[in-house]
Amino acid sequence: MRDVAVIGVGCTEFGEHWSTSFRDLFVKAGALALEDAGVTGEKIDALYVGNMSAGRFVEQEHIGALIADYAGLASNNIPSTRVEAACASGGLAFRQAVIAVASGMEDIVVAAGVEKMTDVGTGASVDMLASAADREWEGFAGATFPGLYAMIANDYMNRYPLTREQLAQVAVKNHEHGAKNPIAQFRNRITVDTVLSSSLVADPLRLFDCSPITDGAAAVVVVPLERAREFTDSPVKVLASAQASDTISLHDRRDISTLDATVAAGRRAFAQAGLTHKDIDLLEVHDCFTIAEICAIEDLGFCKKGEAGKLTEEGATALGGEIPVNTSGGLKACGHPVGATGIKQICEVVSQLRGEAAGRQVDAEVGMTHNVGGTGATVVVHILGA
Amino acid sequence: MSVSRFWRKIPQRYNLVGTKCTTCGRHFFPPRSLCPECRRSGNIVDHKFTGEGTVVTYTVIRSASDQFEHTTPYVLAIVELDEGPRLTTQIACTPEEAKIGMRVKSVFRRITADGESGTIHYGTKFVPAE
Repeated sequence: MRDVAVIGVGCTEFGEHWSTSFRDLFVKAGALALEDAGVTGEKIDALYVGNMSAGRFVEQEHIGALIADYAGLASNNIPSTRVEAACASGGLAFRQAVIAVASGMEDIVVAAGVEKMTDVGTGASVDMLASAADREWEGFAGATFPGLYAMIANDYMNRYPLTREQLAQVAVKNHEHGAKNPIAQFRNRITVDTVLSSSLVADPLRLFDCSPITDGAAAVVVVPLERAREFTDSPVKVLASAQASDTISLHDRRDISTLDATVAAGRRAFAQAGLTHKDIDLLEVHDCFTIAEICAIEDLGFCKKGEAGKLTEEGATALGGEIPVNTSGGLKACGHPVGATGIKQICEVVSQLRGEAAGRQVDAEVGMTHNVGGTGATVVVHILGA
Repeated sequence: MSVSRFWRKIPQRYNLVGTKCTTCGRHFFPPRSLCPECRRSGNIVDHKFTGEGTVVTYTVIRSASDQFEHTTPYVLAIVELDEGPRLTTQIACTPEEAKIGMRVKSVFRRITADGESGTIHYGTKFVPAE
């Protein structure tokens, strides 16, 4: 297997792009990534696109071909593949690109993610997102996505010392980070009171515990490490690429409050990279809900079960803390265009490792990303190094 | 949910009929046609559950999909059946009544409907048993 490097990243602003179409979002992110990489379109060997549900959000399937076409690559006839694993689609598209390059099958590969969610109403979005869980046996009973994570939160708070305020501090911290990220959907600072006085969505989770509905796209370019210097002076090496699965339904999990797929993917990633937790300088985790960030920090092994609330309260996970988590603002503040999120996480870590994160810069050599599909049925973890 | 997709599992949804592996004795609800323990050496048969169980965790849904919006707030829970398996279900009780660890039993209830003139979907909910 060959070593793989990221040589370029690009991300649209995340938000409600009423006047921009699905395909135009993608084209914008792709162009930014190619420009950043110093690569022209005709050099691209293959394309992987992470997308959860264009079929339902914009009634468009066959995304791989559409994207290649509007990226101006139809006449090159390159392979273009859509990758789907609900909210982990982006992370998984990146992993497929890494595998393609590592194997020697392809040399210059674009991994992208895109989701256009605001063309439908909130009720319809809630229903679509619920299809990341088991439609027949969770959705049928009236389970929503916030509802499933709320059941994780309730189970967690019944067993471990986590206060409602500590949970709110996850959102406060991520908005603080988002305020420093020019692409973030929400760049406003909030307080614990903002969270606790927002409306209940699914007890104990309130509106400000939830990531928003977002339009956005992100793209990265990967090449064999041995060729990276042809394009850039600051390639970022892919040190590990790991993926794990678990039961589709939350009710079938070994432990409601532990995402075993996160545990497995995290362990595999550390083993591949030959690194320990102390080597990780920053972490982008899948905080679709505040409780999800708490579980992610613990399940990846950065602290014991039951301790992440205290870590958050003490500021250890904030910028300037021991292990900054979600410097991009996370899904909560940066926004969560589901198929694009996993790629955005890679973009954020690459920007940080290259020292280009401006007002939210961390002194970092190694970063980790953690992207979750559903309530933890798919987890993708990557470790990147400067 | 389409008519055929719903109809296919009517016995399971109405009567809490799951499956059991006679090789290892494990029970499944939702029903499985392959035992994750024994895989191809398993032997799957139907099994009707007693409908008694305990709330493992729950939430109160305040904001739902269009189909369920008119029934909010409702209590959604993971219930562990006495035979072992866990399922996601609504508890027909007030938000204040819901507790982790509470004993519940199954009841036949209307779950949702496809619009005003579409199919009415019935199924199993649970009610407090004490």
